[in-house]
Amino acid sequence: MEEKMGKILIEERQIVVPGEELAEGMDYLPGDGSFRDGEKIYAQKVGLAHVDNRLLKVIPLGGKYLPKDGDIVIGKIVDIGMYGWRVDYGWPFYATIPLKDGSRDFIPNGADLTQYYTYGEYVACKITKVIGSKIIDASMKLPGTKKLDNGRLIEVLPTRVPRIIGKQGSMISLIKDATGCFIVVGQNGFVWISGGEPKDQLLAVKAIRLIEKEAHGEGLTEKISEFLKKESK
Amino acid sequence: MAYTKRLDGRKFDQIREMDAKVGVIKRATGSAMFKMGKTIAYAAVYGPRDVFPSFLQNPGRGILRCYYDMWSFSVTERKRPGPTRRSTEISKVSEAALFPALDLAKFRSTGFDVYINILQADAGTRTAGINAAALALADAGVPMKDMVCSVAVGKVGNKICVDLTKDEEDYAEGATDLPVAVMPRSGKITLLQMDGNMTQKEIKEALEMSKKAAKEIEKLQVKALKEKYKGDGK
Repeated sequence: MEEKMGKILIEERQIVVPGEELAEGMDYLPGDGSFRDGEKIYAQKVGLAHVDNRLLKVIPLGGKYLPKDGDIVIGKIVDIGMYGWRVDYGWPFYATIPLKDGSRDFIPNGADLTQYYTYGEYVACKITKVIGSKIIDASMKLPGTKKLDNGRLIEVLPTRVPRIIGKQGSMISLIKDATGCFIVVGQNGFVWISGGEPKDQLLAVKAIRLIEKEAHGEGLTEKISEFLKKESK
Repeated sequence: MAYTKRLDGRKFDQIREMDAKVGVIKRATGSAMFKMGKTIAYAAVYGPRDVFPSFLQNPGRGILRCYYDMWSFSVTERKRPGPTRRSTEISKVSEAALFPALDLAKFRSTGFDVYINILQADAGTRTAGINAAALALADAGVPMKDMVCSVAVGKVGNKICVDLTKDEEDYAEGATDLPVAVMPRSGKITLLQMDGNMTQKEIKEALEMSKKAAKEIEKLQVKALKEKYKGDGK
């Protein structure tokens, strides 16, 4: 016997608002930004609808960063204690970098911890454990983590970060190649730019601001590469 | 004399001209303006943020706090700045009206603050405030199960009307004001207050009218939200 398939009620990349119907029937599954109520799936946030086979998602367009396991974030060292370091990265509560995850080097017993990272310094660390809002652990040992110095920090909307990085880092390497700067993008919306001439850094800032402004438009990569070509002449 | 024609010439089930705009306050996480006739409400959402005093924190979920205020120039007689008995009450009921629509499970121990400011008052300020706050919360990316639409219904003289103005509320033969907030998808009522007298039958009739008006408000809210992010999608 053939059962009736459920129906998708939205188009790909359509803007949806909370409470808007995405699909009906039990054949589809609610993903990030959506939920099921009875037979139907509804959007939970303002965002772009995305259909991934049978999984329905809403890519949010606004809002702040929510800590997630495995995210690289940029934060400021605000406290040092017996346990290690505390990092402020835009969430209401600080993350902890425990001593054992503090550095790729060996940290001897009783070492002066300010030698590694001191108050006010910025680091790119990886979130390793999210237990509650207040208990969040980060690591400086894993690949992708780095102490950040001699550069400039800019803040972008966290919802724009995936577009700044691009598919497999295509967008960010485009900017890196054109400007010769070293760029780290944190999932929390902080971007660190260092290296190169000051004017190159400013060009990188301009390019990132352009991506932030036109994040979800079509043909963004071409637009940015054209912009970089024109500006760097 | 019976109330046969409305003071501003509207039909009895017609709401005032409305306008809504999202993203009016750039520094806030989310913000919105909602206008109903001469009543103008602004709402700004900040959060997730740390909650103080800390006994208010809930380790199980995030909390919502509303602060309703009227500007001193919003009414004809100057309103003394600062919280009043009335504004504390409205903050409380707005909070209760908005909270059932939110899903704050991921925001443990944190809180969202909603500041509702009335720039110009011509009756129905709490309803305009709730409409603006719902838009601002959606703009702030807070997970929501539903929108919240709010409208006042009531009785002027002996006629059931929708969206009363201040002149109607002050009608010489007496008027009743009944603000309602509904979640349009589920149809659940999250705010219901009454100031005056009405029979059971009249209340039922008034609530029926409010449902129709809420639909119109929802349409405008959805339009305003989509308008802000127009350039981002299809």
